[in-house]
Amino acid sequence: MSQMDQLDARSCVLLRLGERRFALAAEQIAELVAPSRVYRFAHRTPEIDGVILRRGRVVPVCDVAEKLTGKKLTSRRFYLVATRKRGTSVDCVALPVSGECELITVDLTPAGESDSPHVAAWLSHDGEVIEVLNLDALTPGSTAAVMQPTVAPEAHA
Amino acid sequence: MQLATAHKAPAVRTEQIILFRSSGQVFAISSASVQEVRAVDGLAGSPQAINEPSLPKVRHMFRRGESNLYVVHAGLHFGLRQTPASLIFLLRKLRTALLIDGIEKMTTMTRLQALPGAFCHEERLWYRGLTVLDQSVIPVVNPAGFLTDDELFVLDAAASRLMAPEAPPAGEMDLSV
Repeated sequence: MSQMDQLDARSCVLLRLGERRFALAAEQIAELVAPSRVYRFAHRTPEIDGVILRRGRVVPVCDVAEKLTGKKLTSRRFYLVATRKRGTSVDCVALPVSGECELITVDLTPAGESDSPHVAAWLSHDGEVIEVLNLDALTPGSTAAVMQPTVAPEAHA
Repeated sequence: MQLATAHKAPAVRTEQIILFRSSGQVFAISSASVQEVRAVDGLAGSPQAINEPSLPKVRHMFRRGESNLYVVHAGLHFGLRQTPASLIFLLRKLRTALLIDGIEKMTTMTRLQALPGAFCHEERLWYRGLTVLDQSVIPVVNPAGFLTDDELFVLDAAASRLMAPEAPPAGEMDLSV
């Protein structure tokens, strides 16, 4: 049973990726920041676009729009900096979003077995059914994914 | 009378690094891990061509004492486009020489940040971490990450085939690419 199964009303942040809206549990959100310079260096994790600097800390930028909507974002309005638990530590990832974000409190419906791994739960808001995202399944570097070899030989810089 | 104890701020731990360019990108390496810096045409010994198809980043080797040293093209190692290299770093306590485009400068870093966990492939072996210098993020390379033990084993096997008496003699090679 996931953490979300046990809870009814939860605070969530709605985010926009192109034409669609998604949600993240509010407790996972560190901050919403204006786009800043993305620093790029050679690496082999294709989901990572580069890194941004926030208060002297390096935060990887992970564009999840293509995975979720099939299209890359054409404009980045903000970076939603979210936290992920990795064992005893917490790390951050910056998700580019294309519109305003909204904090809501809403009842959640737990994800079913047939749902994609990136769906942690569902919520209904303004007549729209919205996926609550499971960041661990959506972004690279979860414990299971560490050091898996890549097929693509070229580096991303 | 008792004198007040002077409180000293803890000394900031620093590390000397060399910023170098390879294939248009800047990397940092600890200066302590670089034993020598040579121009490609000023290398003592006779570099020999080595052709190991599984390791295109290594095209030359040379003898130093009893050991073979393998020249790794830094840009190819990082999967970047090939550019003409002009300098070689001989790495301390390793059998690796690193072919680079040039040195930017020597400087000091005060903080090495761990590579964020979202980077989860070979770059975890490539880099010790990241440092921030003049509002830029610079990857700090792991000297031992240029050639793994398995790669050295493969290269040693290729080198021994090269040295075998039946092999055609290999002349001096131009290391420039």
